[in-house]
Amino acid sequence: MKRKIVYPGQVLSENEKQAGTGTYVHEGKVYSLFYGVANDKNRVTVVPFSGKYIPSPRDYVIGYVIEVTSSNWIFDIGSPYDGLLHVSEYPKRVDSSMMRKEIGIGDCAILRIKDVNTSMKVELSMKDRGLRRLDEGRIIDVSTTKVPRIIGHNGSMVSMLKKESNCDIFIGQNGRIWLKGKDEDMNRLTQAIEIIENKSHTSGLTNHISAFLRYEESDEIEEKEKPVPFTSSKKDYTEDACRKVDVLLSDEDEN
Amino acid sequence: MSDKPERFIDDEGLRLDGRRVDEIRPMKVEMGVLSRADGSCYLEWGNNKVLAAVYGPRELHPRRMQKPNEVLVRYKYNMASFSVEDRIRPGPSRRSTEISKVSGEAFEPVVMTQYYPGAVIDVFAEVLQADAGTRTAAINAATLALADAGIPMKGLVSACAVGKVDGQLVLDLNKPEDNYGQADLPVAMTQDGEITLLQMDGHLTPEELEEGLEMVKKGCQQILEIQREVLVSRYGNEDEEGEEAEEESPEEVPDSEEEEEERDDSFDNEESEAENADENDVTEEDEGEEDERQ
Repeated sequence: MKRKIVYPGQVLSENEKQAGTGTYVHEGKVYSLFYGVANDKNRVTVVPFSGKYIPSPRDYVIGYVIEVTSSNWIFDIGSPYDGLLHVSEYPKRVDSSMMRKEIGIGDCAILRIKDVNTSMKVELSMKDRGLRRLDEGRIIDVSTTKVPRIIGHNGSMVSMLKKESNCDIFIGQNGRIWLKGKDEDMNRLTQAIEIIENKSHTSGLTNHISAFLRYEESDEIEEKEKPVPFTSSKKDYTEDACRKVDVLLSDEDEN
Repeated sequence: MSDKPERFIDDEGLRLDGRRVDEIRPMKVEMGVLSRADGSCYLEWGNNKVLAAVYGPRELHPRRMQKPNEVLVRYKYNMASFSVEDRIRPGPSRRSTEISKVSGEAFEPVVMTQYYPGAVIDVFAEVLQADAGTRTAAINAATLALADAGIPMKGLVSACAVGKVDGQLVLDLNKPEDNYGQADLPVAMTQDGEITLLQMDGHLTPEELEEGLEMVKKGCQQILEIQREVLVSRYGNEDEEGEEAEEESPEEVPDSEEEEEERDDSFDNEESEAENADENDVTEEDEGEEDERQ
């Protein structure tokens, strides 16, 4: 049940049957493939701290058009591989000459990945409920590895975010999040999502974020909300800086 | 011009910089130093200062370089023109091209290339200050940068050099030892001791080579320990905080664990069981998102 930080090549289990995602088996032992957080609940899995989105069928993603060909829109989906949306996968019939009018270069859309073949050709679809072009709101980028955390178990986190922020939210598996609401609400929500991203490996986040969005700021939460950079040298430098400030202040006093 | 010292090792067995023959120079590491890179690492090893950056996996151009079934690891070693006393001509040289090639190959056995077919992972190792052993320092930094970028790897690579001065084998040569010593043998290896890079400059007897490899293995283990320490302690404070939080609200724990299982279906394990589990996860996820869209 315990979660811990692991590095690539760390032995996670002696029992090869326990190998889950993000691990590999070598001579009967299970090793980590990633630098990330290991979870050993019945099967050991490792979730990396970072990484690029790799398209997989049936994922919902947010993409923007980078090129329009005679029969395809080519979308950037925030992955090493571009996505192709064929005109036949567009909800209505579009003539080749009218394609740029429907979705032009730079336009964003919610898409579903229809298929990915072995050479990583990504076919997209817009023929499904909820898939559409995005004309308003804003899109923010997060790491794709944090997406499940932002959605939460059975959508617990995202439904809370929606309720507390009064914004419309759509989370793409590729780490792009679409928001729509009042400007100040969206700003607050963006901050909340940043906190989730930085604190994704800690527990008790849902309650914390909920309080944050309700502006219930006790001192303790205020302290927590600042994303702390994890550099080890931070301490020495603050101490040093304090000393310098002290010197400056004493100079001023003399003057 | 010779600033060659008369002796490299004094009567007490100490070297010019006060180290013993089997001691490595102090190492300082900082990860995630570049905001625009997918993974980065700054490493100081003695007087060496190296910056490694990883970009990718990303689309590979020109297309003819793409490998249909695996990712290409492109490693570029470069010395800044100001990294040594006499300014070196910037740009690729015979030496840096060679080091780029062999260092890139040092990562071949560990990087799981099959996950990103046709893409490229770019590794840039920039030497800011050189003091012997820059290629090994660059490899040590690049390993951590790759881990930081979330690249799947079978393990970490650590590199160290062994050499011969005054007829004696010494670990991790410094500048004078490198310049005037009798041999220099840089080695990179995985955690299992599998050698992924081995070069030699100078002369060693077969016995010395074997003994040197034993020494360098110990050196690499020390470096691996430092690398592990850096990786684990990077989020160390956070981890403690997380545990505290767990105590505060225990009902949260099962939730968050479930969520994490949902991630990254692309990294399937060979086992069919695992795949089944993943499929379940996908459906769960879909339900979750169905809610989102109302």
